[in-house]
Amino acid sequence: MIYRETGTFITSYIEDRKLFPIPFDKWAMALFMLFMVFVIPFIASDYWLAAHLIPILAYGTAALGLNLLTGMTGQLSLGTAGFMCFGAFFTFNIMLRSPEWMNLPLALMLAGTVTGVIGIIFGLPSIRIKGFYLLVSTLAAQYFALWFFRSYPYFLNYATATVTLPDHHFDLFGIGETFDVDMASFEAKYLLSLGIVTALALFAKNLMRSATGRNFMAVRDMDIAASVIGIPVIRTKMLAFFVSCFYCGVGGALFCYAYLQVLGIRTFEMNRSFEILFMVIIGGLGSIAGSFYGTILVYEFPILFSWAGDYIFKGAFDTAVVDNVAKIMYGILIIALLIREPGGLAALWATAKQKLRTWPFPH
Amino acid sequence: MDFDWVFFIEIFVGGLMSGIMYSLVAIGFVLIYKSSGIFNFAQGTMLLFAALTFVKLTEGGVSFWVALPVSMGTMVVFGILVERFMMRPLANQSLLSLFMATVGLAILIEGFSQYMWDSAIHGLQLANFLDLALLDPVNMTIFVVDYVEWLDILISKFDIFATIVAGTMILILAVFFQKTRTGMSLRAVSDDHLAAMAVGIPLSRVWALVWAVTGIIALIAGLLWAERVSVSFTLVEAVLKALPVILIGGLTSIPGAIVGGLIIGVGEKMGEIYLGDLIGVQGIETWFSYFIALVFLLFRPSGLFGLKIIERV
Repeated sequence: MIYRETGTFITSYIEDRKLFPIPFDKWAMALFMLFMVFVIPFIASDYWLAAHLIPILAYGTAALGLNLLTGMTGQLSLGTAGFMCFGAFFTFNIMLRSPEWMNLPLALMLAGTVTGVIGIIFGLPSIRIKGFYLLVSTLAAQYFALWFFRSYPYFLNYATATVTLPDHHFDLFGIGETFDVDMASFEAKYLLSLGIVTALALFAKNLMRSATGRNFMAVRDMDIAASVIGIPVIRTKMLAFFVSCFYCGVGGALFCYAYLQVLGIRTFEMNRSFEILFMVIIGGLGSIAGSFYGTILVYEFPILFSWAGDYIFKGAFDTAVVDNVAKIMYGILIIALLIREPGGLAALWATAKQKLRTWPFPH
Repeated sequence: MDFDWVFFIEIFVGGLMSGIMYSLVAIGFVLIYKSSGIFNFAQGTMLLFAALTFVKLTEGGVSFWVALPVSMGTMVVFGILVERFMMRPLANQSLLSLFMATVGLAILIEGFSQYMWDSAIHGLQLANFLDLALLDPVNMTIFVVDYVEWLDILISKFDIFATIVAGTMILILAVFFQKTRTGMSLRAVSDDHLAAMAVGIPLSRVWALVWAVTGIIALIAGLLWAERVSVSFTLVEAVLKALPVILIGGLTSIPGAIVGGLIIGVGEKMGEIYLGDLIGVQGIETWFSYFIALVFLLFRPSGLFGLKIIERV
């Protein structure tokens, strides 16, 4: 009874196709977004913005990208960090080497597009290679990206290991100078990331309920059957790789620009790919909101665990022990979640919604 | 410039030897895939865990002949635990979730082995141990820094030993899979879990066995790798190195793992030296093996010896 759809009558096809058919959902979402835009920047401290909200947004974009590829189209990928690397480096180079009028959102979109094209190249083998065998192609992408940017220092502007990203890259249309606002502050970076992530999530949501999205899912469920009923399998797979890598590229660029504020190759090692894969699995394969639930859990779990360890044992154990115990707990969490709820957090949330709907009379 | 044949053969042999090392890791993969259809990502951390257990025991003053069975026993117990707490509840789930579960297992073992032992880098002089174990007088050595000379090329005896170990393991496994009753039930399980259960194959016992055997293989592979690269986190990356190997050979074929290992081992070295010279950039070794694997897979999508997948709607 807390959450209900009674009283909502759908009388036309257009109403049936609404993004949020239930008024409760719509208002809750609107309120949530208003809160995120107008309240959070004022109440959250720099620590919360810089160490929690911004990284979650950046990770979430990459996780969403991987989810579009693995969860929606069924193509397993271990090259996420590699594609993020391409996105981050291209954004930096576009900002560095283009005239005055270039701004960060435009550069992100351009870099995302280039990353998407690279994604198509590494996705080409998926026409012939299927299942686990495709891991080879995405791993090649991962290691190729790291090798490429390490071998050609031009892309790092000949810096030795990392480049600190200059503040003036954040200035949009000279707003900063005209109104005397700090466009490189955490609040501004947060709002920029939030805007981009919201736009991308909305696009993904709409993509998945379009014919293209249904093609994605048909290819995932069985590509032979999909080709039999006339779905262009090759084009669908390539499109999935393009969209996914676009998201990963933008995610990687946000990761460097908004979160780390430095650009370096070591940010995008293999471990990052796994981290994002976990976010997708734990959040729920094939669920857009799930990508963000998973991101929050995976990102916050080690922080929370070490904080709790500190708080309870007051430093009785050294950090290495706490780290290792956190790893053990994390492994157990993943296995337990897969056993109890293979659909991930998104499926748990759906069950919770059903419970709320029938509360207090479940029968 | 004249083509340097001796140099070429030297690289070739070096590639073959590192190929054998890849194959050793790959066999563990193939064994689990063959018997349960699972792509076991935890293989690398199992290598680390097994080798670390052994090293810690010997550092504690336990002799070789005691440490070996004890660490083998540990791996068997480990296999049984994995079956009981991970595989059994996950039976009949999608292959992707099973794969993910093994990735979770990899993290768990990684944390556990570093918690139990430590995360320092350990050297392991397996050659020393072997000499001590096989020959009592210390001054008679077989393995320590000893080479066989052949056509002006030095081949380390230890590499030959590794090759013999790998060859023996393959023979034993081949006989086991083809000739024994247990081997047959393993193949049945890999075809279809449900059907195997229906004809009365004890699924849980079969899986426990496979994981235990894989644990022992991980121990052997871990010890041989440790001789080359020391016992540390780098062992885990052996998995990613072994990935193109099993994919070239086909996920279901043990001979395939060997052939794949040799192809990757040689191809990688050749690529690094000749192709690297050609394009003037070093370090292509990190991704070149994946490209070799891709080329092979483009012609044979299920590997050289893999079971051909027949798809139908």
